[in-house]
Amino acid sequence: MPVISAKNLNLWYGDFKALKGISLDVGEQEITALIGPSGCGKSTFLKTLNRMNDLVPNVRIEGDVRLRGEDIFSKEMQLTDLRRRVGMVFQKANPFPMSIYDNITYGPKLHGVRNKAELDELVESSLRGAALWDEVKDRLKKSALGLSGGQQQRLCIARALAVKPEVLLMDEPTSALDPGSTMKVEELMSELKKNYTVVIVTHNMQQAARISDRTAFFLLGELVECGPTSEIFSTPKDKRTEDYISGRFG
Amino acid sequence: MKKFELPRTPAQWLEAVMNAIFFLCGILAVGCVAVITIYMFLSGLPAIGKIGPLKFLFGTEWASTASEPKYGILPFVLSSIYGTLGASLIGVPVGLLTAVFLSKAAAPGVRNVVVTAVELLSGIPSVVFGLLGMQVLVPAVAKVFGKASGACLLSAIVVLSIMILPSIVSVSVTALNAVPPEYEQGSLALGATDTETWFKISIPAARSGIAAGIVLGIGRAIGEAMAVMMVAGNSPNMPDSLFRSVTFLTTAIAKEMSYASGLQKQALFSIALVLFVFIMVINVLLNAVLKGGNKDEK
Repeated sequence: MPVISAKNLNLWYGDFKALKGISLDVGEQEITALIGPSGCGKSTFLKTLNRMNDLVPNVRIEGDVRLRGEDIFSKEMQLTDLRRRVGMVFQKANPFPMSIYDNITYGPKLHGVRNKAELDELVESSLRGAALWDEVKDRLKKSALGLSGGQQQRLCIARALAVKPEVLLMDEPTSALDPGSTMKVEELMSELKKNYTVVIVTHNMQQAARISDRTAFFLLGELVECGPTSEIFSTPKDKRTEDYISGRFG
Repeated sequence: MKKFELPRTPAQWLEAVMNAIFFLCGILAVGCVAVITIYMFLSGLPAIGKIGPLKFLFGTEWASTASEPKYGILPFVLSSIYGTLGASLIGVPVGLLTAVFLSKAAAPGVRNVVVTAVELLSGIPSVVFGLLGMQVLVPAVAKVFGKASGACLLSAIVVLSIMILPSIVSVSVTALNAVPPEYEQGSLALGATDTETWFKISIPAARSGIAAGIVLGIGRAIGEAMAVMMVAGNSPNMPDSLFRSVTFLTTAIAKEMSYASGLQKQALFSIALVLFVFIMVINVLLNAVLKGGNKDEK
């Protein structure tokens, strides 16, 4: 069974139809890359999966999205619960203006973890999971805003891991990072795949080709093509996909 | 240093003249503060010297018109402090929650109505607050608590707490609006509710601005004379009960100045000096809070 399954998803911002009948399955412990030119709906689709789009005024959604078979728009699905299970890393690293330690424990505390030893353990395991532990273990009480851009983004990944999500959504997580930091985050993603299901939006086609198992190509609100990354990049079925990945537009 | 050159063209002359005007306007404010400060100290210190600083500041009895006058201002100092603290105790939580509501929760239509109301509140003259307090609040306090008169510390606190609301609300709203939405999104994406996000992320991130609003409100409360005079009872009692008729530092000056002379008049200037120092301290505090907050964010 797919972890996330979208069926005929339509989304409007006011009168503008941003997603047109998207149907897409995300498989367990895979990295699914969403690619496409700016404004194609890939970020909108990503933000629908943890319902962050609910924050946008005048948004209207039709269709079906299931997380392990559960309807994410149903009344039974608590929004806070959905967002704990489907974590998110943003384009711009957004650590809270507090210590590294408090950044990591913020989520677990929300969800009821109070025990100090347990929190300490979570901080270490999350930071190790985000390949940041060795760099920050001696300054956990220092402000997270003192970290470099790449470290901040890995901290945000660690913060998302601390609430033990099932799925990790990443919205162009490396677009604001230098090549060295980008490489570290990419290495980290292949590690994360062992335990998590990852959906990543990226502008960088080389990145999609390097790290993802499956690739979905979006254009003007439509899902043009989705398949194993190697196939999409070698033998795309749709002419538009071929044009995009060969750099003829975008 | 730039070598001084006489302006040559008409445009340069205009530029020089405008610069001079700006400079003069800037100097004017500085000059006023300097003159007031010097005047306050020159006119306020002699009486303190004659009465004795300890007797003046910590004397518990004020009887300026008695045959053997006593000039102890501790009742005024404490009344002002208690009145201001009491007003903050009510005004700060109400103001902060109003600000959170306006900045984060309110629907645009409701927000406009409340913002307009808060702006109007800040424009209402203090004498009107006093009038309303006198006619409505004071009798109500007397009735509810079964006292002979409701003109007391409690009434002053209630009036002041309403008067300081606009400063707290408007400055806090500005600070809360300036919190980067990325912080709040990050919190929501971790599964926090709106309320959790506001209290754990938005308010802490805006704390230096909120603190500035609170200090501004405190400044307004401690400097208010007219409204307090109309509801506080104005007896020079120690503020040992919420229902005691009391005199604040401001009202002590206002009510006696018109007929005071000699040492009594000088002592009123000394009270003004004490009030002046209080307000200076609050302003220094405000600057420290603002600077401290900014440093924190780096």
